[in-house]
Amino acid sequence: MALNGIQIFKLTPKKNCKECGCPTCMAFAMKVAQGAMQIEQCPHMSDEALASLSEATAPPMKTIKIGTGEGEFTLGGETVLFRHEKTFVSKTRYAVALCTDMSDAEVEAKLAEIPVVDYERIGERMHVELVYVNCGEGADAAAYTALVEKAKGLGRTLVLGCTDPEIAKAALEVCKDGKPVLNGANASNYEAMNAVATEAGVVLGVSGNDINELYDTVAALEKLGNKNLVLDTTGADVKETFKNTVLVRRAALKDQDRTFGYPSLVNLVKLAKGDKHLQAAYASLFTMKYGSIVVMEQMTYAEALPLFGLRQNVFTDPQKPMKVEPGIYPLNGADENSLVVTTVDFALTYFVVSGELERSGVPLNLVINDAGGLSVLTSWAAGKFSGTSISNYIKENVEPKVKCRKLVIPGKVAVLKGDLEAKLPGWEIIVGPREAVQLVKFLKDMQA
Amino acid sequence: MPFNQKPQKFNAKINSVTIGSGEKTVTFGGDSTFPFYTFDAPSENTAKIGVEISDMGLEGMSEGVKAYYEGASTMGEIAKKAAAMEGADFVALILEGGDPNGENKPVEDLIAVVKEVAEAVDCPLVVEGCKNVEKDAELLPKVAEALQGRNALILSEKEENYKAIGAAAGLAYNQIVGAESAVDINLAKQLNVVTTQLGVDAKKIVMNIGSAAAGYGYEYVVSTMDRIKGAALGQNDNMLQMPIITPVSAETWGVKEATASEADMPEWGPQDDRGIDMEVMTAAADLAAGSDAVILRHPESVKTISKMIKALA
Ligand code: B12
Ligand code: SF4
Repeated sequence: MALNGIQIFKLTPKKNCKECGCPTCMAFAMKVAQGAMQIEQCPHMSDEALASLSEATAPPMKTIKIGTGEGEFTLGGETVLFRHEKTFVSKTRYAVALCTDMSDAEVEAKLAEIPVVDYERIGERMHVELVYVNCGEGADAAAYTALVEKAKGLGRTLVLGCTDPEIAKAALEVCKDGKPVLNGANASNYEAMNAVATEAGVVLGVSGNDINELYDTVAALEKLGNKNLVLDTTGADVKETFKNTVLVRRAALKDQDRTFGYPSLVNLVKLAKGDKHLQAAYASLFTMKYGSIVVMEQMTYAEALPLFGLRQNVFTDPQKPMKVEPGIYPLNGADENSLVVTTVDFALTYFVVSGELERSGVPLNLVINDAGGLSVLTSWAAGKFSGTSISNYIKENVEPKVKCRKLVIPGKVAVLKGDLEAKLPGWEIIVGPREAVQLVKFLKDMQA
Repeated sequence: MPFNQKPQKFNAKINSVTIGSGEKTVTFGGDSTFPFYTFDAPSENTAKIGVEISDMGLEGMSEGVKAYYEGASTMGEIAKKAAAMEGADFVALILEGGDPNGENKPVEDLIAVVKEVAEAVDCPLVVEGCKNVEKDAELLPKVAEALQGRNALILSEKEENYKAIGAAAGLAYNQIVGAESAVDINLAKQLNVVTTQLGVDAKKIVMNIGSAAAGYGYEYVVSTMDRIKGAALGQNDNMLQMPIITPVSAETWGVKEATASEADMPEWGPQDDRGIDMEVMTAAADLAAGSDAVILRHPESVKTISKMIKALA
């Protein structure tokens, strides 16, 4: 990947004209190698040199864009294999599958089920972003196109699973404006499929009977000038699929093999048809390890809640915890006489707790302490959520503004009760439940 | 040019630690690759699954779990059914009733439960304390004593009580020591170092590096496991080569996704399904990151994860 200074120097015009601001071409080359200057800053660089340099300095994995508007997503562009090295940049996107083999009733049921999952978690909209439309064996262009039309009605970005160039072409006629993925190129049809995808201006999905065939087909497509690809790494079983998916990513990032520098697509319908819990397990596995698009038979709340939570965790910046601003947050129309409830400034905790408090409908003042962006027990163990820090915060910020002298603390830090009673004279300290989910009942019982 | 598949070979491996005695034993660890990377080197030993049961019986368990244990009224009967679960490799008894902030059951009562379970089943046993460091320091040495000859895994010694528990389990009663730390590679290593300094054989330690449910600070679990496996294999760090066991169910069945009733959250659908998927997805992620054994609760989760492990072996 990155060229060293000597390699870059060989490509410079070696005029030493200083126009780039460097004393010599050698000095310039060194700066470029360090990333301190851009190769374009030399006005005399030949086109061939520029081309070979941009090839050599291109990122190891391409960033591929699919969809339009709200349904536009970027896939790939990763630079590391493990999240502690650097943030993963492009989230796994999940697709629910439709197929021409399904009965009308089944299709209608799926179409009704897909939009049901739509909620917010810590500021992020969670929903099924993609719909996979599969062209089953024996289906003709009319049947497939009709299904594609129906799926399109959901307004989600489509992935077309179709290996027949004629049928694919017909289907793209009705949906290409939404920038779907056409997943269907393989060793025997790639030339025709390439023509169809390029003409429609969409990303092409490539598969192979094994990893070597996949590699050769990608290389052949690149030769035809198409680098707008997604690799379908689904194999005969989950073992082969996991191998393909890991090896593709590892070859690109660790071994700098750019032929595999594309996002991947894993189709769980092929691996665990009819077994929803096994698909759930595999969806988790391929979120952890390198699936860019994961296709599933269903995404109800049962799958969505843990899966989107996992994805949100895996794709966060390992350097900075997500925090909310400390302060008093009045909820459900609270005023100065309303109950005081306290917790930490870790965004996840705030999100979980405030959601439950809102659900209770009880007016109250939620006081967020500065706890270093850590969870209740973590900040307590770190000494950042203590009797002293809570009482100081209450005295300085809450006492002047709130008249109520009842404070509910998280059940996980019940041990702080005595200390807080001593440090906050006049306050009644109430130990709340351990889990936020129990808050609704707890608050209602308290009022009764 | 054809694809040049470059295997990633390590000259180190995760320790093989066997628990149980007699006919029925189970071995954790043993591999020299990242989890399920059988394309780099063949796997010598697959990941294992334990079924969690509690001294509190079926109290607080989900409907599906209760249905599975129907008819079992004593701890011995519950243990038998747990051991018979499809996909189960061992039974994990958690003594949560010992928690001073909860039921605060006396140590003698808990030891009676341990003995009842041990008599009922001959499969490998893991016994977990109540998580309170002082109570565990008193309780777990007695557990280790009561289970002499069973070669059980005692979960867990922590930084605060490793001397009492590590010495009793690892030295006096010759059990396997579970070393529990809080999602941090340095803490995990430090605890292994001090435990071996007590004289405990490094090959008789299993780590619990901490866990969380998917979506609940889980990114730290992923990165801690990634880094531990990386150091154990890539740097041959023998203070991090202990296999990892992760109690999954105790985390996942407590979060809202699993505990909110369908009456409260109608759009979320059946509660048991949510609990199972939370357990299954967290377990799958743990295994992908580096757990050599997971502890689960629901029969459907045990069956599913067992299928996944076999399919990837
Ligand atoms: C991720 C994590 C970390 C991350 C921090 C992430 C973060 N931003 O907080 C890191 C790796 C940095 C970390 C570090 C440490 N951690 Co830590 N960590 C965890 C872990 C795995 C998950 C925490 C989490 O995100 N929970 C999710 C949030 C939503 O939970 P929560 O804030 O508690 O909120 C829930 C309830 O408390 C309740 N609630 C919240 N507010 C309120 C308010 C009211 C009124 C009510 C009623 C209820 C309520 O509702 C929420 C949902 O139910 C836990 C183990 C676990 N599984 O919980 C250990 C854990 C919390 N950590 C622990 C420890 C010891 C530490 C360290 C001190 C280790 C060390 N010695 O260095 C450090 C301290 C940090 C530091 N020095 O900077 C221990 C605490 C032990 C104890 N009982 O005291 C735990 C329990 C692990 C363990 N089993 O040992 N940790
Ligand atoms: S501008 Fe180009 S040719 Fe002139 S010194 Fe800089 S690198 Fe050399």
